[in-house]
Amino acid sequence: MNTNIQEIKDLSIGFKSQKGKQISILRNITTNIRKGETVGIVGESGSGKSTLALAMMGYIKHGLFTTGGECLFKSQDLLSLNNKELEDIRGRKIAMIPQNAGQALTPNLKIGYQIEEALKLHTDFSKAKREQKISELLNQVRLPSPSIMALRYPHELSGGQQQRVAVAMALAGNPELLLLDEPTTGLDVTTQAHVLELLKDLAKDTGTSMVYVSHDLGAIAQVCDRVIVMYSGEIVLEGPVRKILKEPIHPYTYGLLKSIPKLSLSGLPDSMPGSQPQPGNIGSGCSFYDRCNFSSDECKFKVPELEYLSEIDTSVRCFNHSELISKTSEQKITNELKKEIIIDEILDLKDVSISYAKQGIIDQFLNKVTDTNPTVKDINININKGETIALVGESGSGKSTILKSIAGLLKTKDGYIKFNKEKLLSGDLKKRNSDDLRSIQLIFQNPDESLNPNHTVEQILSQPLKLYFGLTGNKLKSSIAELLKKVRLGAFYMSRYPRQLSGGEKQRIAVARAFAARPDIILCDEVTSALDVSVQAAVLDLLQKLKEELGTTYVFVSHDLAVVKAISDRVAVLYQGRLCEIGPSKDVYQFPSHPYTEVLIGAVLEPDPDIRPKLVAEDIVEEKPPEIGCSFQGRCPRILGDKCRNETPPWQFGDNGNAIRCHIDIEELKIQQS
Amino acid sequence: MENLKNIFNENPKSSLEKVLDIISTMASKPSGFIGLAILIFHIILAITSPWFAPYDYKAINPSLMLNAPSSEFWFGTDSLGRDVFTRTILGGRTALTITFFGSIIALLWGGLLGIFCGLVGGRIDDVVMRIVDAFLSIPWILAMLLIVSLLGTTTEVLIPALGFFYGKGIVRVARAATHDVIAKDFIVSAKARGHSNISIIWNEILPNVRDAILVEGAMRWSWMLLGFSSLSFLGFGVSPPTPDWGLMISNARGLMSFAWWAVIAPIVGLSSLIIGINLTADAFAKALGIDRSTKAPV
Repeated sequence: MNTNIQEIKDLSIGFKSQKGKQISILRNITTNIRKGETVGIVGESGSGKSTLALAMMGYIKHGLFTTGGECLFKSQDLLSLNNKELEDIRGRKIAMIPQNAGQALTPNLKIGYQIEEALKLHTDFSKAKREQKISELLNQVRLPSPSIMALRYPHELSGGQQQRVAVAMALAGNPELLLLDEPTTGLDVTTQAHVLELLKDLAKDTGTSMVYVSHDLGAIAQVCDRVIVMYSGEIVLEGPVRKILKEPIHPYTYGLLKSIPKLSLSGLPDSMPGSQPQPGNIGSGCSFYDRCNFSSDECKFKVPELEYLSEIDTSVRCFNHSELISKTSEQKITNELKKEIIIDEILDLKDVSISYAKQGIIDQFLNKVTDTNPTVKDINININKGETIALVGESGSGKSTILKSIAGLLKTKDGYIKFNKEKLLSGDLKKRNSDDLRSIQLIFQNPDESLNPNHTVEQILSQPLKLYFGLTGNKLKSSIAELLKKVRLGAFYMSRYPRQLSGGEKQRIAVARAFAARPDIILCDEVTSALDVSVQAAVLDLLQKLKEELGTTYVFVSHDLAVVKAISDRVAVLYQGRLCEIGPSKDVYQFPSHPYTEVLIGAVLEPDPDIRPKLVAEDIVEEKPPEIGCSFQGRCPRILGDKCRNETPPWQFGDNGNAIRCHIDIEELKIQQS
Repeated sequence: MENLKNIFNENPKSSLEKVLDIISTMASKPSGFIGLAILIFHIILAITSPWFAPYDYKAINPSLMLNAPSSEFWFGTDSLGRDVFTRTILGGRTALTITFFGSIIALLWGGLLGIFCGLVGGRIDDVVMRIVDAFLSIPWILAMLLIVSLLGTTTEVLIPALGFFYGKGIVRVARAATHDVIAKDFIVSAKARGHSNISIIWNEILPNVRDAILVEGAMRWSWMLLGFSSLSFLGFGVSPPTPDWGLMISNARGLMSFAWWAVIAPIVGLSSLIIGINLTADAFAKALGIDRSTKAPV
């Protein structure tokens, strides 16, 4: 009996460039999806993983076309079917769960109605049966009280709940194959862990085959049985998840895994040099040749074939894979950072609270305080010269808000920010003098947005140099060249526009722009979350080197606890705009810790199928911080009762130097958590 | 050092090359080519016509009244016996000049005010935009008639008056385009560095909204031409005997049933110029990538 639900044979997809040259995006993909199995497709952006997933449901993006091969679903070639025939298959037999469920749901229709629509389309149930099925489906995706949920609009649900609704809609047609395109990428860490748990259980219960597309090896490790690794439009490695993630025998996968920061390791991950070749720029040999540490002369001129190794049930596209088999067993810890904290305060946040609420004219006149519950409250952080302090928390924790107020973009409501021990920083940007402005620089999350698309690199970097130092002419040019050298880019980048750069290069320019001002403090707002993992490692490495060289202080905001562990000296954990815990990073990651820190660390996904996340709390999303009591009372797994609800918890100090804001005695916490 | 110099000079495209690039892209499509050809033809005609106009545009000759087109008078003669061909090729000069400078004024004040409002937002933006809305609700032709009858129909009055009335719409376009870029991090970054508003407008916003404003300005130019010709038609634009299409149409319209040539010639002149500008503006928008309707998705 044929156990394959889908067979892809020699599939190639490409497009025609403006000059009429044919450029391929996918090259000779051959693989099978078996019944009841979950397959992960991994790769960096531009590797063709989404194109492959879409081809699996017979969809080719406008402008692309198949240049060869076929995509068989139950021995029916999807790519040769017309739209009418495809309609019968899509939704009923193959369903898709999109990345951003918030955008995939119609905003002005109720959840129940949208699921019913899917049921009408894909089943022939009666009205009563459909209603029953809706609550069944909502139950299946673990949404609380389905009958109420069905009457809600998408905007009344949280991101995680929306994603669950999308899963329920996909399940409505009872499909045999489910395609998931980065289904948890935009979600918070704890929510992500919960959704993955759900998907895994669904796969087990329904026996549906799943194809899980993601760049996140941590997520892949949790749900998949088998993994396909893609690189510049080719499959480079394919095999069982354990083999791939624990003993990768392809140099790319090997490097990729090494570049992921992990909780179990300290120090910065190894970075992988170079970047993926652009479609159409692939040389005559192996596409990974330029970045490979294991390459031989053969690799330069000959394209390796996908070779099946039966003893480990793995296919690999590499001439030298045997060399790697011996290499993978050694696990070394490198790049250990010196993490000494010298008390030399540069920035002091004292009782800072920030509110987004605007006072009405009348209230302003009467001097009435309207917002008693500001977004960010009671923040006390001392930042020392030359340290990297990380602000961690889920979305809505106020970490970016604090960053903005340090930069002067948001006014503080109460409290003050002191710079260099004596100088109060004004909350109004216009009132800060040029030297204060120069001392504090920002780097943003997405370099596509933080670099002016109509400026060349030279123009971008000359802005701060002209503004703060008044440089012109040759002096300006040589300063720019020096800055580029600092971020490991050649001077020829000067005449390029941001669109001509890769993601990592763009972020390097953003880093260079921040350093151009010769600042004392750099505020990093999720600077690596828009980047691919191998690029992320390189940018982290660059930031660390620059810090060692110039003694800059970083305030590093991130939601990724593994990244934070790798780069920071101290960590401050925030929930709903309130501090929960603060301390040296190696101690914060150890117990005893604040229950929220415990929840966050538990939800981190490691790229290892044997390490499962510990889900200790519900992933409810709270709209507003509670008026009184502990900020984490709504979700705390260790809540004591009325005390937590009514009294603000006191600071307690652990033996290791971390401070925790909790009612539970610190010794008690230690016993409970260990 | 020599090495460094070579690196600095690596393929920077000069702005002239960029302009030529855009023009060649515009001309590569038939509609853009036709539009550009008509526009350039009109501009050359307006500049050179005084040198080859066959007759004097103001010479009245009662014996030649309303002659049909002939080899002597290509487009015939009008009710005062003046040569229609001469008057037609000269008739676009005033309109083209006044509206060209009017458009530039409209672009400048409309564009800058729109960007400013978009940047500062808040109460200033509210107040300014309500004033602009109030002006938009006034029928412009009535307001123009009022201004012209108070201050006269001289060029010094017409150019700023037209520029003012046609700039109101540009304020809205520029403000909307600014809103698209204002939330981007590069603006936040410039603010956090402490650049002044003027520097942010000039360096960060203007390069990103310039294209949208220029295209809007080109469209406004063609509308302004129509508006100016309407004024002349009503007798408030150019004063006789200066040849002008609007005025010529107005004078000859009563005689249309038996002297059609005196009306048709200025109509063709005016409408072809407007069509030319419109086609050029469309092609311009497409070449800049603002109008994405025909762009490939890849």
